[in-house]
Amino acid sequence: MASSNAYAQRDPMLKKRDDFEDILEERRNSSDLRYALKCYTPALYKGVAPCKSSMLKSMVLQSDQLHYVIQQVSKETGRQTDNVQEEVSAILDEMAHSLQLSTVRFFAFTLSKIFKSLFKSIRVNEEGIQRLQQAIQDHPVVLLPSHRSYMDFLLMSYLLYTYDLTLPVIAAGMDFMGMKFVGEMFRMSGAFFIRRSFGGNKLYWAVFSEYVKTMLKNGFAPVEFFLEGTRSRTSKSLIPKLGLLNIVMDPFLKGEVFDVHVVPVSISYERILEETLYARELLGIPKPKESTSGLFKARKVLSEDYGSIHVYFGQPVSVRSLAEGRVNRCQFNLVPRHIPGRPDEDIHSFVNDSAYKLVRAQEDNMVLKPWVLLASLLLQKQAVGQEQGTALDELTAQAVWLRDLSRQYGAFLHWPDQMTPSEVVSSSLSLHRGLVRTCEGKVQLALEHEEKLLSQAVIVLSCASYRNQALHVFLRPALLASAIHAASSNQKQEVFNSFSFLRNMFSNEFILCPGATVQDFEEACYLLVKTGTLQVTQKEVLVNERGHRTLAFLVSMLDPFLQGYQVVCRFLCEEATETLTEKQFIPAIRKFIIKHLLAGRLRYAEVLSSDLQKNSLAAFLRLGAVEKIKGYQISNVSPCLGGKLPTQKAVVARL
Amino acid sequence: MASNSSGSGSQGRAPQRLRIIAGHLQRPVDVDATVSAAECKAQGGEADVASDGKSVPKRRQEIMKWNGWGYSDTKFLFNKKGQAEFTGKRYKLSGMIIPALKEWMEGTFGTNMQHKSLATPALTRTAVQPPTLNEAFVEELKSTGVPFSHDAEDRVFRAHGHCLHEIFALREGKVGRVPDLVVWPNCHNDVVKIVELACKHNVCLIPYGGGTSVSSALECPQEETRSIVSVDTSQMNRILWIDEKNLTAHMEAGIVGQDLERLLNESGYCTGHEPDSMEFSSLGGWVATRASGMKKNIYGNIEDLVIHVKMVTPQGVVEKSCQGPRMSTGPDIHHFIMGSEGTLGVVTEVTMKIRPMPEYQKYGSVVFPNFEQGVACLREVARQRCAPASIRLMDNEQFKFGHALKPQVSSMFTSFLEGLKKFYITKFKGFDPDCLCVATLLFEGNREKVLQHEKQVYDIAAKFGGLAAGEDNGQRGYMLTFVIAYLRDLGMDYYVIGESFETSVPWDSVYYIFRVLDICRNVKARIIRECKDKGVQFQPFSTCRVTQTYDAGACVYFYFAFNYRGLSDPVHMFEEVEHAAREEILANGGSLSHHHGVGKLRKAWMRETVSDVGMGMLKSVKDYVDPNNIFGNGNLL
Repeated sequence: MASSNAYAQRDPMLKKRDDFEDILEERRNSSDLRYALKCYTPALYKGVAPCKSSMLKSMVLQSDQLHYVIQQVSKETGRQTDNVQEEVSAILDEMAHSLQLSTVRFFAFTLSKIFKSLFKSIRVNEEGIQRLQQAIQDHPVVLLPSHRSYMDFLLMSYLLYTYDLTLPVIAAGMDFMGMKFVGEMFRMSGAFFIRRSFGGNKLYWAVFSEYVKTMLKNGFAPVEFFLEGTRSRTSKSLIPKLGLLNIVMDPFLKGEVFDVHVVPVSISYERILEETLYARELLGIPKPKESTSGLFKARKVLSEDYGSIHVYFGQPVSVRSLAEGRVNRCQFNLVPRHIPGRPDEDIHSFVNDSAYKLVRAQEDNMVLKPWVLLASLLLQKQAVGQEQGTALDELTAQAVWLRDLSRQYGAFLHWPDQMTPSEVVSSSLSLHRGLVRTCEGKVQLALEHEEKLLSQAVIVLSCASYRNQALHVFLRPALLASAIHAASSNQKQEVFNSFSFLRNMFSNEFILCPGATVQDFEEACYLLVKTGTLQVTQKEVLVNERGHRTLAFLVSMLDPFLQGYQVVCRFLCEEATETLTEKQFIPAIRKFIIKHLLAGRLRYAEVLSSDLQKNSLAAFLRLGAVEKIKGYQISNVSPCLGGKLPTQKAVVARL
Repeated sequence: MASNSSGSGSQGRAPQRLRIIAGHLQRPVDVDATVSAAECKAQGGEADVASDGKSVPKRRQEIMKWNGWGYSDTKFLFNKKGQAEFTGKRYKLSGMIIPALKEWMEGTFGTNMQHKSLATPALTRTAVQPPTLNEAFVEELKSTGVPFSHDAEDRVFRAHGHCLHEIFALREGKVGRVPDLVVWPNCHNDVVKIVELACKHNVCLIPYGGGTSVSSALECPQEETRSIVSVDTSQMNRILWIDEKNLTAHMEAGIVGQDLERLLNESGYCTGHEPDSMEFSSLGGWVATRASGMKKNIYGNIEDLVIHVKMVTPQGVVEKSCQGPRMSTGPDIHHFIMGSEGTLGVVTEVTMKIRPMPEYQKYGSVVFPNFEQGVACLREVARQRCAPASIRLMDNEQFKFGHALKPQVSSMFTSFLEGLKKFYITKFKGFDPDCLCVATLLFEGNREKVLQHEKQVYDIAAKFGGLAAGEDNGQRGYMLTFVIAYLRDLGMDYYVIGESFETSVPWDSVYYIFRVLDICRNVKARIIRECKDKGVQFQPFSTCRVTQTYDAGACVYFYFAFNYRGLSDPVHMFEEVEHAAREEILANGGSLSHHHGVGKLRKAWMRETVSDVGMGMLKSVKDYVDPNNIFGNGNLL
């Protein structure tokens, strides 16, 4: 453990970020039709002419890679190669995009209308756009937006169209295809469709990866996909999926292109369109199947105010520089490049680390609104059971305190400084009036007592999704705070062990780069020392007198998660039998939690979130406290449990 | 009639070829007469086929530059009118004005005729450390009668090859560790005596052939405290016998390429081994570095040509007992010798395959719309195994460079024709002048077959969009390989430093995309990026060409040069970029070297290239053959 001075150069306060421009302003002042029909001439990668989708398909079909896999499959299954070839063509037809400018123009027109009615502003960092433009001309580019809403990919294409940049091709989930007409519209606006699961299907994988690589290598268009794999229902970043990232890095690793530039994009919504939809889904009210009519019904959302959107195009990351000194590319020299191979352990860990870095880059540039801080405060208050709410001026004072704290931790907070704090607070509250209630100058969450637990939970989970936006800012300090809280002494080693345990346990829940425990610990120490909360000496970690408030806040930040994991653990100990299957797990634990909530043994309704339940189960599996047997059965492994849980219980007991 | 025409062809063509070779390799008339007088007593008998014409005197500085490439009388310069001119009489281009060169240099490097960085005109003898002589060794050496010298100029001349950093230092008048003594053995037995004495007195020996190394192989190791003796084989330059039945010839290893070819040609034969350095590089050097010749497609590389080798090592002489064309007798001991880079001993005599001189030779060239198509064509030619004697593909930058080196056209008519050609290719055929590239070809053999072969190759080229671009362009391409080395000296006069380096790489086809192509693009891009990162103001000249084709891959040559004005330590920076470029080559599946060798420059990558065990194998051979590290040049391992 090096001294925390090492972090002095990385002071998060000093992060330089670009300014934003509102693109809707111009839309409000000039004709949308003219905009939709504007002359669109994007600068291309090294002047490569764009490629028709039919030509792209034939390039993929003729590739050596695909030929090889077709031969292999035909040999293994005894099918005729023609037959396999046909299947390949069918897969490709199902997958391929067919970008058409006319559709794009149609979207440009309608989206302008929709955006203007939904949002106050859509703010974009134009310097980021300029960097992207340069990157597109010099290198194959991969766009990695965060994924919080269906809106994301339409918004991305809309922005690139607005700034006259090459439109991306976007990896979209097959479920969109269910929407007959809309699916085709998306296809014509540059989406290509991939099946949700094709684990064992070698042929599908080959077509898919060759399709993406062909686009990328030739630089026909930026490739866009969501590193998190799916929309985050909780507004926390999801653990990155590596499949596509592996594919887009492959051409560089095999020397087929000089470099690939990856651009993390952070899209932050002041109010998420799917807000309550997500909460319901997490609570087990099944998500409506994507359908055109469903989308049509959803149009009532159009009449509401969703605040503003901030889109931050991050610094392009060169895969070459990521790989420098990490990957020995010579390993690819001994096998012909058209033979697909499983990535080696070191490649896998390289891609994994890169994925975490990129998700953290997304998190870093997420714009936080004051409401995010208010939601955090209100949730904490609700949990300790303040029935009559908090006085507005008290809430304002706390919000200002939290504003300063979060800024010191490097949060990208958009706090309108031209307004007084109380104005800021009240305007935030009014935008989210569905979630909060103000009466007689007291503010609290809009929970009606007579309401059912599940309806209350919808509100809590919606609120939690806003708090979660700020989690990455507080995560490391909060882990340290909880560790100090749980550790039996002030010994630095003890605190570190406790920190390391918590961090390890939560690594399915939050974005915590594997193997970076020491760095995270140092970062947390650095931040807490800098803000006067702690003193860290060679041997000890001491809490300053004025640090208790911060520490208490940080501990409360993690508490719902800690309690949630504890409940899941208790459930597994008390109720799980050998016959519990994975399918039954969620309903069973939900019942268990409701029981505890009603009995008042559990304070946090947000523990009902199936996301948390799944993550905790995955964590226990990973830690070996639980074991999967005979495919889907879950059984407790007592010796392991005995080994792990006391430590955890010790942690929990102290909270 | 056919035989008649081919007969007359054979008579007409051989002299023509001779003229061509003589054209770019005109031999100096006044070679050192004193040397030939010193006959090797042991061998100087009837076997001596030809020992008259020697290109290389003992005092090399009499005809060659001490701090640059090639002959003293030959160089590029800007004359009083500001036009580039190639001096001397030795080459076809000699005495000609090259009008476009100045503009090309200014445009490519941002050079300015006012800003010169001239070399120190003469060697300051005081800059050279006095020799550390091993008196006992020198005493005994005297008694053998082998000529030697410890003159400063002689020693400095043998302390370097032609790496950029070596020449750069010489131009600044800086001299590092140099050999303490130079000896000129006259024959195999002289070498045996020298090696015996060196072992007896623990003296370090560094074999020296033509001095054209580009791998720091001739640099004296800084840490060497023993007396260093340079064994200059240049006087061992006889063809000892020619065997027309077996088509072999036996030579002393010091003979340089141009002498070997000329002397064999006089008897109607050739070896066909023509490395670009053949004017100066020696047979022994080729063997010691695993050299490759431009016409390897017909004649093979050095490992295909060598039948028998004699090498003097500290343990004694190593050689095979017979000259059978192939043997199954365990690992081939020739392969310990070939590529040993002077770490095991001195190659003294070599038996090589020879061929009757080709009766007909024809140059050619093909223009391709882009480099990708060109590479695809070369790959197809290799696949059909119909590569001409030589086939080389230059990229667009080199094509333009070649254009800049066109001499002044003598007549209105030629210039009109040139213009017409350009118009046809760029306007009529729609080739983009910033993309097109050129392949140069050399066909050899019987006239009829050559013409047939030519048609086959042009047909393949046409499939890849290639247009035949005439004999002249091809011939000029090959001529330029000999004069191009002189250009670096001109560049260095104007703050431009550069180097070439090579690799071999598998074809590895991926839907018209080849690893060969990828490596070219990536290495060029890496060079440009490294230079940018290191603060080079003007984008570097970074270009490549494919110079050899094989069944399984190709040899790629890179040229890299930039303007170093304003940089504080250009050589260091240059070496860093070169290092990065080599890393890039290796990462992209290229080899450490195709024919330049490892020397000291590329030693760092040897282990990962041949594996730990491979390294151990090489080390154990070295430990057995030379336990006291008499051949202590420190190359390779």
